[in-house]
Amino acid sequence: MTSILFYMFASLLIGSSLFVVLNRNPIYSVVMLVFAFANLAALYFLLEAYFIGILQILVYAGAIMVLFLFVVMLLNVGPDRARPQWAAMDRWWFGGMVGVVGLTLLALVTRGMGPLRSSAADIDDGFGEIAPLATDLFSRYLLPFETAALLLTVALIGTVFLAKRRI
Amino acid sequence: MIPFYIGATLVKVLVVFSATLLMIMAMTLAERRVSAFMQYRLGPNRVGWGGILQPVADGLKFILKEDIIPDKADRPIYLMAPVITMVPALMTMAVIPFGAPLQVGEYMVPLQIADLNIGLLYILALTSVGVYGIVLAGWGSGSKYPLLGGLRSSAQLISYELAMGLSLIGVIMITGGLTFGEIVAYQQETGWNIWKQPLAALIFLIAIFAETNRLPFDMTEAEQELVGGYHTEYSSFKFAMFFMSEYANMITASAFMVSLFFGGWDVPFVDEAALGNLGVGLSVLAFLAKVGFFLFLYIWVRWTFPRFRYDQLMRLGWKVLLPLALANVFLTGLYLVWKA
Repeated sequence: MTSILFYMFASLLIGSSLFVVLNRNPIYSVVMLVFAFANLAALYFLLEAYFIGILQILVYAGAIMVLFLFVVMLLNVGPDRARPQWAAMDRWWFGGMVGVVGLTLLALVTRGMGPLRSSAADIDDGFGEIAPLATDLFSRYLLPFETAALLLTVALIGTVFLAKRRI
Repeated sequence: MIPFYIGATLVKVLVVFSATLLMIMAMTLAERRVSAFMQYRLGPNRVGWGGILQPVADGLKFILKEDIIPDKADRPIYLMAPVITMVPALMTMAVIPFGAPLQVGEYMVPLQIADLNIGLLYILALTSVGVYGIVLAGWGSGSKYPLLGGLRSSAQLISYELAMGLSLIGVIMITGGLTFGEIVAYQQETGWNIWKQPLAALIFLIAIFAETNRLPFDMTEAEQELVGGYHTEYSSFKFAMFFMSEYANMITASAFMVSLFFGGWDVPFVDEAALGNLGVGLSVLAFLAKVGFFLFLYIWVRWTFPRFRYDQLMRLGWKVLLPLALANVFLTGLYLVWKA
């Protein structure tokens, strides 16, 4: 049952991601990216990481992608009809090379990881719940956590300053 | 055990789903009758007994109307938008506990479809997905006013989601649990949360009015400025879907409010467990009565207050509610440290 669900969501995820990249209408791409995030969240749920999964929907699909949509709508970007600059053959060569290099990298990385553990029996009790995650985040990883928060704040203030010269 | 569990869940899904739809129908009638009462009119009172069949007549009328798709509309997006609005609106009821556990033979059946360990976040996530329906409807219609309505709504919903989420944190902190089951059980033991988190309750109440696009925050469909806002170009059943999801969202928001701050299905001064299945019936009635009160409040407020201006709405969200919600989290933290 789990593997059927996994293959269903994984293929939907790959399909919608391809659609995002290959489609020429930005609005469709944004909508399909939201759909891809929903499928990714479903994969997290299958791994029993409920909190990460729901954050995926809440933060990425719910908040960040709405802003993407907002920007695309406000700029009124139409479908991309610009002719590609390169000749067709060059693009095929380039795409093929990138594909080969990417697959090689992927193979190297997965070989280094060893066997994948995916059965639910391996998982500790309370895995993926909020309390253990929060305990780790606020004790062991407190410094990286606070640093990330500080970085985000700096980025936010910087953006406001750049966008609005006279505050 | 397993077949019984699956069967019970299916029955609960059916019951909750049809109860929500029935409440939507009742709400459309109640809205018209109550507003008529407030304006010294009669309202629809001819179809059925005292107008009770008016929602059925309205539904038939929606189905029989011509289904128009504007030439300038972006077809796939235009057709998808009502569905994206409707589905999350109906899905959120799944985590709300609507009564004390029911005794069936030797089994205890919790009256809640699923008690997820991320309960509250589930509702927040689904409401944030519901935004897409409105935004896409605005853009997909290919027309000026819907686009303005959609843009306003996305800004409004994102702004008030923050205040809403932060007001929940106070409740989660004193309860020490994130599921609805834990929150309601906590209130059973120590009294309703409204007495402990009054500020959070007030912020939450204001935020859900904004989240459901109801007056005084109905910027998205401000009739005098935007014709009908995001659903201007929709007709027939697609319009009905927007209409129904607005009411479904109101019902969920009221149930959310009741579960968080008003004890859920708790009947005051009564021990439901001691009464057996009679207590279960009482608890369901108490839950419905509380939700009904908040639904009435929605209508009451709508026909009493004028609409906010857009800049006032943004100022209220970002400069008043958000700092207040943060202060509430801080004070709750201080209280917990002092108590420990």
